[in-house]
Amino acid sequence: MNPFTYSRATDGNAALSELAAANGQAKLLGGGTNLIDLMKMGVEQPKKLIDINRLAPLAKIEELPGGGLRLGALSRNSDVAEHPLVRERYPVLSQALLAGASPQLRNMATTGGNLLQRTRCYYFYDPAFPACNKRQPGSGCGALEGFNRIHAILGQSDQCIATHPSDMCVALAALEAVVRVQGPKGEREIPFGEFHTLPGEHLENDTVLGKDELITAVDLPAAPWVKHSHYLKVRDRASYTFALVSVAAVLEIDGGTIKQARIALGGVAHKPWRAKEAEQKLAGSRADEAAFRAAADAALAGAKGYKYNSFKIELARRAIVRALGTLAGTPRSA
Amino acid sequence: MTDSDFQSLPPTRRDFLRQLAAAGAAVTLAPYFLAPSFAEARETAAAGAMETALSPVPAGPEAVDVTLTINGAKQTLKLDPRVSLLDALRERLNLTGSKKGCDHGQCGACTVLVNGRRINSCLSLAVTHEGDEVITIEGLAQGNELHPVQSAFIKHDGFQCGYCTPGQICSAVACIAEGHTKHDDEIREWMSGNLCRCGAYPNIVAAINEAKGQPQPALKRQLSSVS
Repeated sequence: MNPFTYSRATDGNAALSELAAANGQAKLLGGGTNLIDLMKMGVEQPKKLIDINRLAPLAKIEELPGGGLRLGALSRNSDVAEHPLVRERYPVLSQALLAGASPQLRNMATTGGNLLQRTRCYYFYDPAFPACNKRQPGSGCGALEGFNRIHAILGQSDQCIATHPSDMCVALAALEAVVRVQGPKGEREIPFGEFHTLPGEHLENDTVLGKDELITAVDLPAAPWVKHSHYLKVRDRASYTFALVSVAAVLEIDGGTIKQARIALGGVAHKPWRAKEAEQKLAGSRADEAAFRAAADAALAGAKGYKYNSFKIELARRAIVRALGTLAGTPRSA
Repeated sequence: MTDSDFQSLPPTRRDFLRQLAAAGAAVTLAPYFLAPSFAEARETAAAGAMETALSPVPAGPEAVDVTLTINGAKQTLKLDPRVSLLDALRERLNLTGSKKGCDHGQCGACTVLVNGRRINSCLSLAVTHEGDEVITIEGLAQGNELHPVQSAFIKHDGFQCGYCTPGQICSAVACIAEGHTKHDDEIREWMSGNLCRCGAYPNIVAAINEAKGQPQPALKRQLSSVS
């Protein structure tokens, strides 16, 4: 691990000043479950770590007027997953969190940190591989012609086929959460769908967060219908591994007809992938398997596989059908 | 606790193995002596080199003071901020019960309890634990009386090589306290952060099932201010 200086921030403004003064050379330290690991690998080499774990106001989970919920950036994954209001109003989020990592890691990992975790692409994570446009801009993509079983099938470019590894963020995409950010110019709100980026010009950035900005909270909007939600994670073993494909689904059904739907996919793209075409197919349809299949086809219409991950296209289709069927309580053909 | 306190303790298996290593005999003898405990052998083989390289740990120019309570005893350390909580425990405080398996938060061998919650000590920088209360495997027994989870692991043979066991036991203590032990599947899911390459899982589940019904002793909080 590279040497760095360490400071314990005691208030948010001081942390922001330190961050700005470091001119992109500092990192904020929350749970550290990804950052410390990446520093051990030599992928991240900050000159300074600003420990924000003592900023108590950022650890709160509080109800918003009107029925929404604010998750402080330092709320721990385990606390969010077990929070009675999360379980009651946003079950897809609780399920997604509990499907991720291990109890130990969830006790450490924070809401803000989860948003900022880096891809688990092998070619990014291990500097022994020379080519990674995300780690070393312009060096190429090792995964494109390499072992790309865990890689993207939607929204990728020929510069990067990495996937975003989070489960929590897939649920947040479906819930249309809002990311609250504080910077030198004040506070701003970023709709969740705009927070993470697709592989474009600046592959080294996975989000639109400025180098001098701090995530303060994630807001979950009030929407009573999202209570009817479900998270399905498909992976190589029953627990404690990243998703090959995951689905966060939200359905409002009235008298057998779908009024509205939200679908987000994990493990398939550089960002949590919102399947709006599928949602449009579902709105107004009968809640039956034919409609779910049509929606799944729409969601994967633009998918492209590589040597080792083409199976994900059909897997994602079936996962969507199954998640929607589970939510609708409809019988499923074999 | 000072070095002389450690030296006054009866020799441990670790001390014995260190002496062997010092005599240059470990390389040839260790495989025969240590068939049931190859993991310990691996550690011991590395111990000579580690002692030279790491002890005493030089505090660099960016060293940071941290005071925390470990198994009831207050400890003040000056640490390079790169030192993980696991390395501080093992290399600075000689609490070698917590094990370094993967060092990347993937195996759970380093699991300890911080303020009553289980975490991976390998992914946590020691200097971030100012004021925290840490319980390691060494802090679970009350004197000579084992913690019920420790007794249950012995009774149900919840290990083979034993390398993952301190992490398994710390994790199991937390798992029981959290109430995630209603049935075998729940135990498996909530213990999934602790890998066992020997595959002692069925016996670990049996041990947790036994221990969960027993009164769990209060863990040593800030009992003393030994410094």
